[in-house]
Parts: sequence; C-alpha cells; structure tokens
Amino acid sequence: MDATAIHQRLKERFGDAVGDCDSAAKDPWIAVQPGAIAAVCRFLKDEPELAFDSLSNQSGVDYNAKDAIEVVYHLYSYAHRHPLVLKVSLPRANPVVSTVEQVWKAANWLEREIYDLLGVVFEGHSDLRRLLLPEDWVGYPLRKDYVEAEEYHGISTRRESMLK
Amino acid sequence: MGLAGYEIEVEQVAGAGLTTEEMTLNMGPQHPSTHGVLRFVVKADGEVMIEAIPDVGYLHRSIEKIAEKVGYHGFMPYTDRVDYVAAMLCNQGWGMVCERLAGIEVPKRGEYCRVIASEFNRISSHLLALGTMVLDIGAATPFFHAIRERERINDLLEELCGARLTYNYMRIGGVAWDLPPGFAEKSIAFLDQFEPLIDEFNDLVTLNKIYIERVADVAVISAEDAIDYNLVGPNLRASGVKYDVRRDEPYSVYPELEFDVPIGTGEQGTVGDCFDRYIVRIREMEASVKILRQCFLQMPDGPVIAKVPRKFKPPAGEAYVRVESARGDMGWYVVSDGSEFPYRCKIRTGSFSAMGIIDKVSRGLMIADLVAVIASLDVVAPEVDR
Repeated sequence: MDATAIHQRLKERFGDAVGDCDSAAKDPWIAVQPGAIAAVCRFLKDEPELAFDSLSNQSGVDYNAKDAIEVVYHLYSYAHRHPLVLKVSLPRANPVVSTVEQVWKAANWLEREIYDLLGVVFEGHSDLRRLLLPEDWVGYPLRKDYVEAEEYHGISTRRESMLK
Repeated sequence: MGLAGYEIEVEQVAGAGLTTEEMTLNMGPQHPSTHGVLRFVVKADGEVMIEAIPDVGYLHRSIEKIAEKVGYHGFMPYTDRVDYVAAMLCNQGWGMVCERLAGIEVPKRGEYCRVIASEFNRISSHLLALGTMVLDIGAATPFFHAIRERERINDLLEELCGARLTYNYMRIGGVAWDLPPGFAEKSIAFLDQFEPLIDEFNDLVTLNKIYIERVADVAVISAEDAIDYNLVGPNLRASGVKYDVRRDEPYSVYPELEFDVPIGTGEQGTVGDCFDRYIVRIREMEASVKILRQCFLQMPDGPVIAKVPRKFKPPAGEAYVRVESARGDMGWYVVSDGSEFPYRCKIRTGSFSAMGIIDKVSRGLMIADLVAVIASLDVVAPEVDR
C-alpha cells in the first residue's frame, strides 16, 4: 500500500491527530501529532493490511531554525514489503513524546540513543538512560547549538591545531 | 549409595537456612571475546545468568556529528570506521544515499566494481565472524584457517585500493579506480581455491559433534522476536525469515545476479539457535562466491564513476537507503539542506539491533554461553557505538 492510501486510512481513524502527507518526497512521509504517535504506530502494526511489523530506524533531527526537534520513524513491513515514514515535531525547549517501545522492542535502544544525543524524553520508556555517552555527560551533542565542554573530569577537550 | 547420601546432605544444608546469593559480575570492557571494547554487567545465580546488561559507548567517535562537519565527499573515509570489518559495504551505503539525494546514476561498470569489492568484503567479514566464533568457544585451529583465507582477500583488496582494512575505495557516483590489470584472473584463482576450503572448514568445525553440542539449541530467537527487535541480515535469516535486501529491495546490479538466500532450518536443533546463525554465514559465503563468479563474467566495459562536482551540493531533501551489509540491513538516513554539508546523518547498523536483544536471549543461559551468543550474533562494537 502506498503512503497516500495509508494516509487516507490514518485520517479516517485518527482525524486531526494525523497531519499532512508529503507524497512527493523521495520517501513519502506522514506528520503525526506527538500525543497520537503510540496509538498510530499500534494501529499501523496491528492492522493486517498495513502490518508494519518492524521499526527499521528511528532518528532525531534538530531544526533549530524552526525551533523544533523532529523524531523520524522509518517503518517497514516484512509481511507486505512496503515502507512508511512518520514524523513527529516537538518543541525544542521541551521535547517530550510517548515511547513506541511497547509496539516494537527495537525502539528501546533507538529511543535511548535519541535521548542521549538529542535530549528527547520518551514518556513511558522502561529504561531511559544515556546509551553511548557517560551518564554524567552535560548536553546533547547532536543539537545544532551544542558547545563541547572545555574539559571532562580534568581531561581537556581542546587540541592544538595540527596545521601550523 | 554415595550419591543418595549426598542428596540427603544437601537437603540438610538447605534446611539449615543457608541461602544462595545473586552475584554481579563484570565482563569487559577489555575481554577477548567481546569483539571490540564493550562491557556486560552479568547478574548470575551460580552459573546461570539472570540478566546480562550490555554497556556500550566505549567506541563512540561521534561519526554522525563528524558527517555534519566534513561534507559529503570528505565523509567517505569515515564510513570505513563505522564498521571496519566490512568497510566496503559502509562505503557503498554512503555512496548510495548521496546518489539518491542528488539523483546520480552510477555507470554499470562502477556498480559491478562495487559489488565485487562488497562481496569480497562480505566473505572476509564472515570469515572473521566464523573464525572468532569458534575461537571464542574454544577451538583455536579453525580460526587460523579462516584468517588465512581472509588475508588472501585482504591482499586482493589491497591490490584494488591500496588498503587492507579501511578501504575508502568508493566515491559518490561510482568507485575511485577500475580493477587493476590481472585482477579478474587472480580473483577467479582465489575463488577456485577458496570454494573447496569451505568444505574443509565444515569438516573441521561444522560437523564436529562437540561444536554442535555447544551451539545447537542455545539462545533460540523466534522469527517474531527477531523482527520485533529489528534483527537484520544473517541473524534474521537464521530465525527463518527469508529476507535479503539485495533480493527483496534490490539495488545496484543485484537484479542481474543469481544467488541463494540461505535461511536457518534448525538442522541441528531449533530454528534460530546459535548453530543456525553460524551455518547461515557459511552458506552466505558460498552465495557470495557465486555472485563474484557471475560479476567477472558479466561485467561490461565503460567508465566506473559518474560526473560528480567537487563541490557536491545535493538539493534540500532527505533520503533513507538500506544496504545489505555483512551484518545485515544497514540504514542510512541523510537530511540535506542544500549546502555542502549534510544537515543530519543517521546510521542504523545491524550490530546495534543485535546488541539490543542480547539481554533478552541470555536470560537463563549459562555464563559460558554468553560468549557463544555474542559471537553468533556477530556483534562488532564500533558499529554499535559509531
């Protein structure tokens, strides 16, 4: 099923909680309201005609010019061999969205990584800890306005330029 | 008689109110069988694991952040470091996602060069995976057989691009150089001598009763769990899901090539056990040999790289590309804002998904089996951490 048809189905079911569909994009995507994402994902997984049984990728993108952080869900259905992209836009100051860990177990680590590197809080996540960085790390490195601290536990992060 | 007496004694001790205690053990970050620097916190009751929590990040080099700073062409050598065991396939992923963003078509011969390099790299990666798996389990000799063949592939790839591990062979739009003179003949000669060695390896390990006892029925992953945790590549196929990106979402010249997609059948135990994950990789090497032979026969003449400007500025937009790496479906998500630098690059790797399931599958196993689980899932730590 293509993205336009799926968008139609979602609109019928969720109404205004589902936003526009960009079907002209290379990977057509559908915007979803943050509050509805878990329910939409559950529906996409359980509906036999859609059957999005796998979360192929989940990533966060910081759009500081738009003052938003987007969480992007790349879904794939092994049953029907079709992909779909969902996007959730969150305010930069307080990026909170409900987890989809209960829908796909793969989201557990993917969401931990987004929390770690972009500071998005996933409500209802069973184990929301930093994944790659040390637990006492300050800041979220993949945010566009991130400034690296001068030192970490006495280890300087400054290096002299190799090009003199 | 003696045994019966022992039982009574145990009962008496237990009756005396002695309790058993849960033990927390640390494994890694420097451990010979963790395949890179990573750590497990194992909670164990005697020798049985209650949980094994992976602690990753020791090899985090912020590769995704680097992508935002160095530009599209400049990022190619960094992709080698995402997964240094199968660097060619990371090169290919980056090349493909950039080409998709900008709408560039790679010349046919360039695609064949890519597939040849990638399939050689897949074999060498599987050789390392299989060799270290049996080494971890305690068989030292087969490791040297595997590593010897891997060296021969390294020699070939060195001749192709000058490097033995971090190749930086591919470019956006194709590959850096055509095959050197005599490369096809040398490759065919290698394949001719390599094919019988797969049988030799099977005689050494695969059909060895001790080895089978050690890995069959251990850490069974069902197809549902594999998909739910987004296991990919050989790990997914070992659970009985016949899915290969090269066949099911074809890219490059794979539609022109004939190859098998081996899946786990539970021939020595249950579908999705450690043995299935092992045997799927053996069969995939055979499939790669088949692909390589066809490539050298079918390869057309012509240019190997499309015309791509030095200042590479793909139009604003985003693309998601999936490549069948040695550790399975590798997802490359790149957002372009129309400038010389990627706005965001996210790499979702096979090892990342595999690490996520280790805690689940290792519950209730013996501590010694954890090594077999990590090795059979073919986890490469730098690929998890990026």
